[in-house]
Amino acid sequence: MTAQAVTGGTRPAVDRRFKLQWEAAQNAHVLLYPEGMIKLNASAGEILKRCDGKATVDEITADLERAFSATGLFADVAGFLTMAIDNKWVTVLP
Amino acid sequence: MSVPRPAEPAPSAVTAAPGPPLWLLLELTFRCPLHCVFCYNPTNFARSGPELDTDTWFRVLREARAMGAVQLGLSGGEPLARDDLESIVAEAHRLGFYVNLITSGVGLNETRISTMKSAGLDHIQLSFQDSTRQMNDFLSSTRTFELKSKVAALIKKYDYPMVLNVVLHRLNIDHVEEILLMADQLGAEYVELANTQYYGWAWQNRDELMPSRAQVERAEAVTQRFRERAGRPMKIYFVVPDYFERRPKKCMNGLGSVFLTVTPDGTALPCHAARMLPGLEFPNVRDTSLSHIWFESEAFTHFRGDAWMKEPCRSCPEKANDLGGCRCQAYLMTGDAANADPVCDKSPHHHLVTEAVALAERRPAAGSSAPEKPLLFRSPENSAKLHP
Repeated sequence: MTAQAVTGGTRPAVDRRFKLQWEAAQNAHVLLYPEGMIKLNASAGEILKRCDGKATVDEITADLERAFSATGLFADVAGFLTMAIDNKWVTVLP
Repeated sequence: MSVPRPAEPAPSAVTAAPGPPLWLLLELTFRCPLHCVFCYNPTNFARSGPELDTDTWFRVLREARAMGAVQLGLSGGEPLARDDLESIVAEAHRLGFYVNLITSGVGLNETRISTMKSAGLDHIQLSFQDSTRQMNDFLSSTRTFELKSKVAALIKKYDYPMVLNVVLHRLNIDHVEEILLMADQLGAEYVELANTQYYGWAWQNRDELMPSRAQVERAEAVTQRFRERAGRPMKIYFVVPDYFERRPKKCMNGLGSVFLTVTPDGTALPCHAARMLPGLEFPNVRDTSLSHIWFESEAFTHFRGDAWMKEPCRSCPEKANDLGGCRCQAYLMTGDAANADPVCDKSPHHHLVTEAVALAERRPAAGSSAPEKPLLFRSPENSAKLHP
């Protein structure tokens, strides 16, 4: 099953079956799930912590571009979210 | 009791300084209303000292969390036998643990699950066990089914994923289809069909519990058919019994790598079965800090990495894949915990594994006659008898 296409208006949220948190001991964000853990790299952590079900992908991208003084991040953000939706880490709210 | 899967492996575990004990397992009590013949708990549990009190468990949680522990398993025995379970869940959640309850469901009612949900319990793993003493009645036991149905309904009502764990052995493995149908009826999202691992009580009952290769293959085929059927998705894990393999499991991802168990009396172990390993003194959280236990104590450093290895492991090109397998299995079967796990076909003791399987092949089919040796049920009486 492939995820629906991620567009600028999509509002992603971390799925309720996962718990996202910052782990100082690992210097990383982690996604926790029953009896397991995914250690996230820095950009994955920055994207996921903005997935609150309210912000759109466009807004998340703009916020990241501001925070990291970068441009043209949309494709990276959308690409990561497509993978995250496939893995059920992220749910898309209608 | 099933064995939790350790969290993601640390990539260079062999040479790097140890990371934190990412997985903390608290065996809160050895008390249990069940008497499972495949339990991995130590057979001498009746001789175990008094259980830790609530405040000491809180201290263990604080110290482990400060070191970076993040996954918490609450187990036993039956953890619901502790009436402070709800407080322990709340404290663990407050500290930032992901809290997993590993339970048979016996003793779970709406008041308790509702309190634990509010306290921040993240996940429940429900094990299917034999709640009667008649193994062969396991599947038709209406008592078991009614209890599990009730608990499954509560788990759904409180929005937990339905994760079922079923321990397989010679006496129930031919009923995998019925087990999966039952799991489906209960609305399970995940089912772990875990073949018995032979430690503790299961070791005592090994010859009676060991399935034949044909049984294992049939069960796998049924599982595969079930996965391919149309309808409601149910993820099924089939954990092959390692006696049927030619390479050992990377047990606990290596001792002292990610996993720390604290037993009911406060003894700290690098894996839940490790207390049997001779020559190691296992520290107690009552008088030693968790940090000292993890980084300094011999019990946790001795088998960390690969410096302890003997041949054929020491020079084996595959040693990083499995770190020589399971130390407890090596000790139980060969008498030396530093030997290669005899599951490995490079081990000079591999014949001990193949002989155990061959014995299972020669025995009459399960159910066709009474077991040659009576099964030894996990009970305080049997524990005291085995360890006078």
